[in-house]
Amino acid sequence: MTEADRLRYDVLVIGAGPAGLACALTLKREKPELSVAVLEKAASLGAHSLSGAVIEPAWVDRLLPGWRDDPLDIQVPVSRDRFAWLSHGRAFRLPTPPQMHNAGNWIVSLGALVRRLGAAAESAGVEIFPGFAATQPLWDRAGALAGVRVGDLGRTREGAPGPNFSPGVEVRAGVTVLAEGCRGSLSRTLIRHFGLDQGKSPQTYALGLKELWQLPPGRTVPGSVLHTVGWPLPTDLYGGGFVYHLDRDRLAIGFVVGLDYEDPDFSPFEAFQQFKHHPGLVGLFEGGEILSAGARTLIEGGYPALPTLEMPGGLLVGDAAGTLNVPKIKGVHMALGSGIRAALHLIQNGGPEGFDQNFRHSEAGRELWRVRNIRPGFRAGLWVGLANAAVETVTGGRVPWTLTNADDWRSLKPRGPVPRPHRRYRTRILPPADRLAFVDLAALHHEENQPVHLQVADPALCVSQCSARFGNPCTRFCPAGVYEIVTDAGGSRLQINAANCVHCKACDIKDPYELITWVPPEGGSGPNYANL
Amino acid sequence: MAPMKILVAAKRVVDYSVRVRLTPDRTGIASDGVKMSVNPFDEIALEEALRIRERGEATQVVVATVGPPEAESQIRSLLAMGADRGIHVETGRETAPLEVAHVLFRLVQEIGPGLVILGKQAIDDDCGQTGPMLAALWDRPQATYVSKLTLSEGRVQAVREVDHGLETVELVLPAVITTDLRLNTPRFIKMPDIMKARQKPLEKRPFDGFGLDLPRLTVEAYLPPPEREAGLRLESVAELVTRLHDRGVL
Amino acid sequence: MDATLVMAEAQEGTVPLAEATLKTLAVARKIGAGPLDIAWTGTSLDPLLGQARTLAGIRRHLVFDDPRLTHPTADVMAALVGDLVRDYSHVLMPGTSFGRDVLPRLAGRVGAPAVSDVLEVLDPRRFKRGLYAGNVHAVVRVPDGVPVLLTVRLASWRPVTAEKEAQPAGIEKREVPADLPTEARFVGLERDASARPDLQSARRVVSGGRSFGSRENFALLEGLADRLNAAIGASRAAVDAGYAPNDLQVGQTGKIIAPELYMAFGISGAIQHLTGIRDAGTIVAVNKDPEAPIFKVADFGLVGDLFEVIPALLAELERQGIAR
Repeated sequence: MTEADRLRYDVLVIGAGPAGLACALTLKREKPELSVAVLEKAASLGAHSLSGAVIEPAWVDRLLPGWRDDPLDIQVPVSRDRFAWLSHGRAFRLPTPPQMHNAGNWIVSLGALVRRLGAAAESAGVEIFPGFAATQPLWDRAGALAGVRVGDLGRTREGAPGPNFSPGVEVRAGVTVLAEGCRGSLSRTLIRHFGLDQGKSPQTYALGLKELWQLPPGRTVPGSVLHTVGWPLPTDLYGGGFVYHLDRDRLAIGFVVGLDYEDPDFSPFEAFQQFKHHPGLVGLFEGGEILSAGARTLIEGGYPALPTLEMPGGLLVGDAAGTLNVPKIKGVHMALGSGIRAALHLIQNGGPEGFDQNFRHSEAGRELWRVRNIRPGFRAGLWVGLANAAVETVTGGRVPWTLTNADDWRSLKPRGPVPRPHRRYRTRILPPADRLAFVDLAALHHEENQPVHLQVADPALCVSQCSARFGNPCTRFCPAGVYEIVTDAGGSRLQINAANCVHCKACDIKDPYELITWVPPEGGSGPNYANL
Repeated sequence: MAPMKILVAAKRVVDYSVRVRLTPDRTGIASDGVKMSVNPFDEIALEEALRIRERGEATQVVVATVGPPEAESQIRSLLAMGADRGIHVETGRETAPLEVAHVLFRLVQEIGPGLVILGKQAIDDDCGQTGPMLAALWDRPQATYVSKLTLSEGRVQAVREVDHGLETVELVLPAVITTDLRLNTPRFIKMPDIMKARQKPLEKRPFDGFGLDLPRLTVEAYLPPPEREAGLRLESVAELVTRLHDRGVL
Repeated sequence: MDATLVMAEAQEGTVPLAEATLKTLAVARKIGAGPLDIAWTGTSLDPLLGQARTLAGIRRHLVFDDPRLTHPTADVMAALVGDLVRDYSHVLMPGTSFGRDVLPRLAGRVGAPAVSDVLEVLDPRRFKRGLYAGNVHAVVRVPDGVPVLLTVRLASWRPVTAEKEAQPAGIEKREVPADLPTEARFVGLERDASARPDLQSARRVVSGGRSFGSRENFALLEGLADRLNAAIGASRAAVDAGYAPNDLQVGQTGKIIAPELYMAFGISGAIQHLTGIRDAGTIVAVNKDPEAPIFKVADFGLVGDLFEVIPALLAELERQGIAR
């Protein structure tokens, strides 16, 4: 590998999301002599970015001066802010929790913001490589992280080199910044390798699904923000919906469910589709058209689960670390802020040492600490959670305890003892009819003849144990219909439709036997979200 | 054999994985946030040119595009694939095949290539006209829908995918080739080559500088294709066969 | 003065009139721009002209009959008719590999835009055609002052029938110049060796889904395909389950096809699959599940078990003596 020798950077960033690009851009602006590269598994910038997204604009102002005057594809100031509890047939306004006040905030497309950040970073001299997935860490002699190996391209399904095989190169770096977003595969490897999660609470996650709609003229109130709790979720299931009215008759709707749910028969996809059919919402969509749709997990463990953010040769930023502020349901400002802070830290200190403490004592770290007990409080159900949230908010988190999470993969209860809840679901009329129609809106590209990137350690167990005990929940929690149990002449077996994968990572998190490992497919594979 | 140059023409198009839709006012195709790519058949054209060069049968591969300023990212990726230099004819408007053929013809007169290779069609307008139009303007032989290409002694032998099978033709160079899917599998771009591509010459020229004033089709409307509707539920196989026979499809 | 020229599919004389030519005539009639001439190119065309004379509504048959025109290349065609087409307001060719090769070359020579793959005629200068593999349709207008040059999207048109004309049109043998271009030379044609037509260009396709349950069962389609001279296709589910090879996959990520007849057996009709067959002429769906989405787009639906329907279909085709 001779060419690989020439790929060497002072700082290598893994993932061109808000955290990674903020870090790269800041590094290059503050210290132009540094060589900085960013690897991104998506085929183009923003293509795997999915978020609500209502953002606090302060960091964007700093990174992209003048952005307000040169609007992104989606960029609407919040004009109205509502919070509601939904019953099966009605909506009840609730006082908006203080963290969820959005005055001065903007509704944007994260994908569009990422494209803008990427353009700024490139003009500052950052080298960005979309379509290249970092698959393995490289080590130096002392055992420190020394860069990454990029995945091979052009292997066949069986793993053999195909006609246009192109081996992945090694990219070496003085410091590697892990900015892969929620449940990053390389980040996870490194957290385990260096024991960065030792002594921390288990991490917990949620799954978010989103659609961008084009509606008939006149139905939207641009800037109107609605968050909901309640139907179609039972009160013991943490989650809710969002409806953001955009300009030009566009509307973003989404639904987030905590992956600590217990019912193996629950389907996040179905819950999202049901949410759209609430009588208070369904009328919005008739005659409209979906422009883009997708799903992504969110990291919700917060401060108690925040791993040590530094390791020899590397550091963690943004959702790869877990800086999302759950009560605010916002992660973008934290991602940007942690990326900037990491850059400044590297410039001041010349390396990752001390970044963990630096972050924890920063305003962002304190912000996370203050709200640390709110998400775990919802493990006792919606109403206890809301009450606990109020207490935590009033006290500013200055309570003498810290609640913890449990692993999401442990939370499923076997099918037998749990009575199947009566869901009172409605007959659906809106698109997409099913998950295949949903993923069709994600503009997936995935070369079929490549190794399956969803690695199942023991597929036999799926039918020998999981079917009877949990009824193969992978066939329901996956929002993209990747997993199917096929029964044919050869008996029953797990079929993995890898080409449907939208890279949300829910399977890596929720599979009750921890059999599924999500690894990056060939670079450039996956969804091509348009402004999610 | 004298040193031969190859000109490859490429177009920036909406990526094939994107489900295209019309803008709400139906005046065009929605492009907000939509992934754009090199027309896949043009990538095949470049791959073939590179293989010819790598076999020592050509000395230089020039890639040209007519497109908006943003098409620079597509032409850069073609340079990263291995083209030696690029020509980007910039225009803010949609161009028609006849216009592009005229631009390419001018470039051909300047460069003097032995071969011009382009995709059999662009996957956006699906016209499939630019190659033959260029061949006509240039008054040189053409082979369209080519799935195999062999050079020898100032000639090129091309296997064409035609309706009834595979047709082999032999052309005296210089000639125009348009590529079909089976010609080759384009190589992946390598990371180091992306950096090298930034140093390769890329010449920009305004489309208006070509002074073309050619008749063009006007698009009066864009429409979604009609939805298919459910037809008849039949009760028996015999009825099905009769119905199909009546329709003239059996 | 309006006048229309249809350039027939080049062929050797003994075979029946090419359906592609008859469909192109249908478009010419729909346009109705002035008298209609047909240019025939090929070799030993007399038997074919015997049939052609019975076509109604033709002014003249212009015949270019020469051994050198057995497999004419585009540059030869352009040299042959390049001056002739200037006498016409409309020049039409079938959307075959021949027409798509020749017509744009003529357009380049004449200096006029061309309209590829006409789906629908709105008026003599306005046409509907597909973009983005048929996902968008566009109405295009040919500007005044230039001839209308177009190719016909064959799957969208029915052939004219060769009804008897009381006064058959005249046949004009045209001289084939001695100095045709020689820089492109036909070397050979290898007709498809496989008995079965290519999925992409087949007029009929029989296609199977996961309900077949095994690779062995999937082979049931072969008998039907042979009987109908059809290509075999498969849904992605069938391919993913290993019942059919990858290159048979029909749909968004497989092949987008437009056969005259598409028969889907045990295919539920995921949107990705329907995208691949949107432009098919007639769609037949056979499925056990009466709610399967494929029925929403099928011209003819039959609720039933494919393992019963396919043998019954074969027997019925046999009984009615249809196909093969």
